[in-house]
Amino acid sequence: MNAPVLERDTRAVQKAGIVDCDVHVTQRSGAVLYPYLSKRWREHLETFGGHVRQGVSGIAFPRMMGAGQRLDAYPENGGPPGCDLALMQRQLLDAHGIETGMMVALGRGGMEERNQDYARALSHALNDWQIEDWVKPEPRLKAGIVVPQEDAEFCAREITERAQNPDFRQVIVSPRSAEPLGRKRYWPIYEAAEAAGLPIGLHPAAISGGAPSTGTGWPNYYLEEHYSFESGLQGTVTSLIFEGVFERFPKLRVALIEGGFTWAPALAWRMDRAWERMRAEVPHLKRPPSEYFREHVWFTTQPIEEPETPEHLAEVIDRLGWHRLMFSTDYPHWDFDDPRYVFKIKLSDAHKAAVFRDNARAFYGLG
Amino acid sequence: MKVPYPGAIDCDIHLTVPGTRALLPFFDEFWREQILTRYIDRNPFTLMSYPPDSPASARADWRGEKFPGSDLDGLRRQALDPFGTSIAIANTLHGSVALFNEDLAAAFCSAVNDWVAAERLDKEPRLRASILVPAQSVEHAVREIERLAPDRRFVQIVLLVMNDHPLGRRAYWPIYQAAARHGLPVCLHAGSLYRHAPTSSGYPSYQVEDQVAQSSAFESQVVSFLAEGVFQKFPDLKLVLAESGFTWLPTLIWRTNKEWRGVRHEVPWLDEPPADIVRRHVRFTLQPLDLPKGEAGAALLRTLEHVGSDEFLLFSTDYPHWHFDGEDVLPDGLPPALVRKILFDNPRATYPRLGESADAGGGARQSEETVP
Repeated sequence: MNAPVLERDTRAVQKAGIVDCDVHVTQRSGAVLYPYLSKRWREHLETFGGHVRQGVSGIAFPRMMGAGQRLDAYPENGGPPGCDLALMQRQLLDAHGIETGMMVALGRGGMEERNQDYARALSHALNDWQIEDWVKPEPRLKAGIVVPQEDAEFCAREITERAQNPDFRQVIVSPRSAEPLGRKRYWPIYEAAEAAGLPIGLHPAAISGGAPSTGTGWPNYYLEEHYSFESGLQGTVTSLIFEGVFERFPKLRVALIEGGFTWAPALAWRMDRAWERMRAEVPHLKRPPSEYFREHVWFTTQPIEEPETPEHLAEVIDRLGWHRLMFSTDYPHWDFDDPRYVFKIKLSDAHKAAVFRDNARAFYGLG
Repeated sequence: MKVPYPGAIDCDIHLTVPGTRALLPFFDEFWREQILTRYIDRNPFTLMSYPPDSPASARADWRGEKFPGSDLDGLRRQALDPFGTSIAIANTLHGSVALFNEDLAAAFCSAVNDWVAAERLDKEPRLRASILVPAQSVEHAVREIERLAPDRRFVQIVLLVMNDHPLGRRAYWPIYQAAARHGLPVCLHAGSLYRHAPTSSGYPSYQVEDQVAQSSAFESQVVSFLAEGVFQKFPDLKLVLAESGFTWLPTLIWRTNKEWRGVRHEVPWLDEPPADIVRRHVRFTLQPLDLPKGEAGAALLRTLEHVGSDEFLLFSTDYPHWHFDGEDVLPDGLPPALVRKILFDNPRATYPRLGESADAGGGARQSEETVP
C-alpha cells in the first residue's frame, strides 16, 4: 500500500496551483527591520534586544539538524533559511507550483516580547516589512498581520489599519499567550478580525508566554516539546470554544497551523462529553462545543500524521470534514512536507483540489 | 449496555476518606499532635480537580452523603453489586498529594493507605487498592511502596497526571524500579497538583476546560515516558492511565512514530517505534468514553483498529464520578470476545497480583517479601 507513493503523478495538481498555508520568512539580521523602526527602537534593538520568558538565547530545545531548518535552505549569501526571496522562489514557489504562499512571520514580531512598547513597535515594523520586502516583489505571497496579543487594544488598531491592504489575508496570533486565548482580554482582537473579515491563524511558537509547554511542566527533549505543539493547540481551541468566543463573534474563523489535525474528532467528542455534565458552568454556550469547533476551526496539514495503516488517515479526514483541511509545507523547516509525497494514500481529484488549493482559496478569500 | 457477564474486574473506582478526623488513628503521635494543634484536621483535603459538589465528581444518584464514595455500604450497593464486580481497584485521591510540605504529604499518604487497608480492604474482600504516594519526594514515595508492597491487596501505585514535572524523568525512576520489583503497575490518574497551568497558554477560566485538558497532560506523560526510555529501562513496567480517555491515542502513536524517525538520535535509547512500546506497556481504564453519540461502539472499535490492539482497555466505572447513567457502562455493539477482554483478560494481564486470592492479602502483609 506504500508502493505507489514515489511514482505518484501530482503534475495535475501542480499545474492547477497549490496554496501553501505555512511559509516562514525571516530577516537576514535585525538590521533589515531598521527602515521600519524609529530611532528609539532601533537603538533598543541594538542595545537590549528581545526580552522573553526563556533562560537561554536562541532556542531552548535545540533542533535536530541545521537549527531545525532544511540544510539546503541556507542561502549561499548568508543569513538564515527563509530570509532570501530568490532562494524561496526557486525552492518552494517555482519548484512546487505554489500559486499562493501564506506567510507566517515568526520572531521579531513582538508576540513573545515582554516589553509591550517594544512589542508594538516590532509588530508594526514586521507588518511593513512583509509587504515591502516580500509581497511587493513577489505577489504570490500573502501576508499575515502579526500582532502582540497581550495588548489587545493595539492589536485591534493594527488589524483595522492593515486590513485596508488586501495583501494581508489573516491575523497571526501566538497560542503561547499569557492566558488562554479565549479569555475576554483578547476579544478586541477577534472583534477587529471579524469586522475586517480576516481569519485568525494560530501557529505554535517556540517561546512561552509564561506557562510551560505541558500541564505537568517543562519536558526534557525536543521530541516532547515538538509534540506539545499539538497538545497545546487543543488547550487553545478548548478555551476559544468554552469562553464563548464563537457565540460572541459568529463570523470569526480560525486556522490551526502546524498542530496536526487527526486529534480533532476525539477532542470534539471529549468536549461534548464534558460539556454535557458541566454545562451549567458555561451557560453562554448555546450548542455542543463540537458544533462551534466544526463551524469555526480549520487545519493546515503539516506535519501530517502518518498512521501505520495509511488508509486510516482518510477515515479520520472523513470525520473531520475534507473542507477543513488546507495543505502546508512549513518551508524552510526540517520537517517540510513535500506536496508530492505528503499523502501516502490516493486522494480523489475532488479531495486533492480541495486540500491543496480550493479550501485555502475559500478560507483566505484568494483568487 | 450493561455488563453481560458476572465477575467483572473494575480497574478504577474511588474511595473517599470521610473527613480528616477519620485518619487520626493512623498517624503517629507526632503527626497527630501537629494535625490537631494546627487545625489541619479541619481541612477535608479534597482535590481542587474534584470539587465534592461538582457533577463531575459524583453522579447524583451516587452522591448520598457529604463525601461521595466514603460510605462502604453505598459503595457495595452502587459500585460493586449492580455490575457483578468480582474485584474493584480503588484509587483514593486524597488532596494531600498536592501539599507543598513533603513530610506532611508523606504522613498523610501513609495514613490514607492504612485507613484504606483497615476500613475498606479488611471489610470488603472484593476491594483492591492503589498505593497513594507523595511524588513531591521520590524518597518518601519509595519508602511507602516498600512499606505496603508486602500487602498483596495493594495492586498498583497511583500518581496524579499533572504533577511537578513530566513523570518520565530519571529523578522518578526509583519509583518505577520499586514498582517493577514488586509487580505493581504505575497508574496515572486524572487530576492536577496545579503546580503548572493545565494548558501551555495558562490557566483556563472554567472547570470544564480543566476536565478537557486532562487528556493533553496524559499525552505529555506518555511522550515523556517514551522519550526518557522508562520502558527500555524497566521492561516489566505497566503504565495504567485512569480517567484519561483513550480516543486521543491513535494520534499519539502516529505522531510519535513519525517524530521518532526524525529525531531518534536525540533519544538513542529509544530503539523501537513508540507505537510498539505503547501497545506493550500502556493501559487505559474504560470510563470516561470520549465517543460520538449514537455510534459509540462503532467508534470505539475503529479506535482499537487505529491503535492496532484490543489489549489496552481495562473495565472501569470510575465510581462515583459521573460518566454514564443507570448501569449502561459499556457502549453498545461490542463483540462478546472484546467485552470479555475488557472485563477480565486485560485487567488480569495488567495486574499480576489479581491472580492471587483475596485471602492472601491480609496474611501476606506479615510475610516476608524477597527484595532482589
